[in-house]
Amino acid sequence: MNQKIQFTLNGKSTTMEAPTHRLLLDLLRDEIGLTGTKEGCGTGDCGACTVLMNGKPVNSCLVLSGELEGASIVTIEGLKIGPELDAVQNAFVRDGGAQCGYCTPGMLMMSKALLDENSNPTEDDIRFALSGNLCRCTGYAKIIQAVQDAAAMIRSKNVQ
Amino acid sequence: MKRTEPFEMYQPTSLKEASRLLKEKGPGGRFLAGGTDLVIAMKEKGLVPKYVVDLKRLPGLTGIHENKDGRITIGALTTMREIETSPVLTKKYPFLCQSAAEVGSIQIRNRATVGGNMSNATPSADVAPSLIALQAKTTIASAAGERTVALEEFFRGPGQNVMSTDEILTEVTIPKTSSRLVGEYIKFSPREMMDLAYVGVAVVYTLGEKEKTCEAVHIVLGAVAPTPIRAKKAEDALEGQILSEALAEKVGALAAEEAKPISDVRSSAEYRRAMVGAMTKRALLNAAVGPAKSWVERRDRRY
Repeated sequence: MNQKIQFTLNGKSTTMEAPTHRLLLDLLRDEIGLTGTKEGCGTGDCGACTVLMNGKPVNSCLVLSGELEGASIVTIEGLKIGPELDAVQNAFVRDGGAQCGYCTPGMLMMSKALLDENSNPTEDDIRFALSGNLCRCTGYAKIIQAVQDAAAMIRSKNVQ
Repeated sequence: MKRTEPFEMYQPTSLKEASRLLKEKGPGGRFLAGGTDLVIAMKEKGLVPKYVVDLKRLPGLTGIHENKDGRITIGALTTMREIETSPVLTKKYPFLCQSAAEVGSIQIRNRATVGGNMSNATPSADVAPSLIALQAKTTIASAAGERTVALEEFFRGPGQNVMSTDEILTEVTIPKTSSRLVGEYIKFSPREMMDLAYVGVAVVYTLGEKEKTCEAVHIVLGAVAPTPIRAKKAEDALEGQILSEALAEKVGALAAEEAKPISDVRSSAEYRRAMVGAMTKRALLNAAVGPAKSWVERRDRRY
């Protein structure tokens, strides 16, 4: 069953036809060509497919296209504004917050969501927020360091 | 991971339209709220519903409202994350927020709804014991009108509830409670929120005005019976008494006797039963101390 849907994708209004049962993850990767969002487990356990839906992090592997009408979706491709990397991206690059990189888009989206709400998180806050994002390389120490550094960058920017 | 098979999806914008749709389409349909159970069942277990009715366009099913008479109504489409972070609930019932925080990741909790979680009737559902301990009621709507069912009576077995196929759970209501009410929810699972509860224990009691006696005691167990159950012998043993560690131990032992756990891939029945005793004791004592300030404090005083 195809449905015409209109939603905002990375700040741009998008209208398309899609089967209602198509997963948001597949819509992004296969129909729209935004392959930054990754599929890990497919069942909402690993967080690799995390995108922001109406500003809130969700697993795109569990969202149906039929639910998208009027929604605002931000993917990893929408994090960068112009040539500037987002603070979390900068920090992950600088601190080595990525090893194989497969969990990284999800980690970045979840970290972005955390820092949007709280620009001064404790290590415990970060661990709590990232508990639905698995890194099979076990690179958690550097990931947490990167989120802390991103938070510091955001705070110093806000002061300026 | 497998993909969902195609299905027809309907998105009614009124309860009337929804019930007309259900009548027209007949049995075999499924409701869609947050999709964190339904979509996984379609992908993992190959569930192919005859049709899907998305409830998210129905008006008036979201949000947490504090009524003038002290009741709190929680719309069925309210997400676990909204319950977890609600200022009203955090102030009055922090253990309820805590039980919502035990459900999966933040990504999951941004989608999973209280109505979906109750309707799905998983014996280990984390918010059910806390809501039952608060004597919450469900409002169920259909073309024939509305009815109210105590949440304690709502569950019928794993995946089974009292609703017929044309009924929709619209809200959960917590009655007015005493300002001296305290409570605690403990989820016992090795991976914290990212795994299902081996055992869930909610306790709620009201402290006496002068002496610190425990009144209106409610002890509700999750994941150790086909539905969440009250441990009534344990409640009776504490009713009117002043809590001590020795009494908490005794009440815990009674709750363990009342549990009807099964052995499965997660744990043996014997272990679950022993943990009901330990967690009930701990929950009773934690409730007296007050809510933990952070999830780390909560975890550390738990294990």
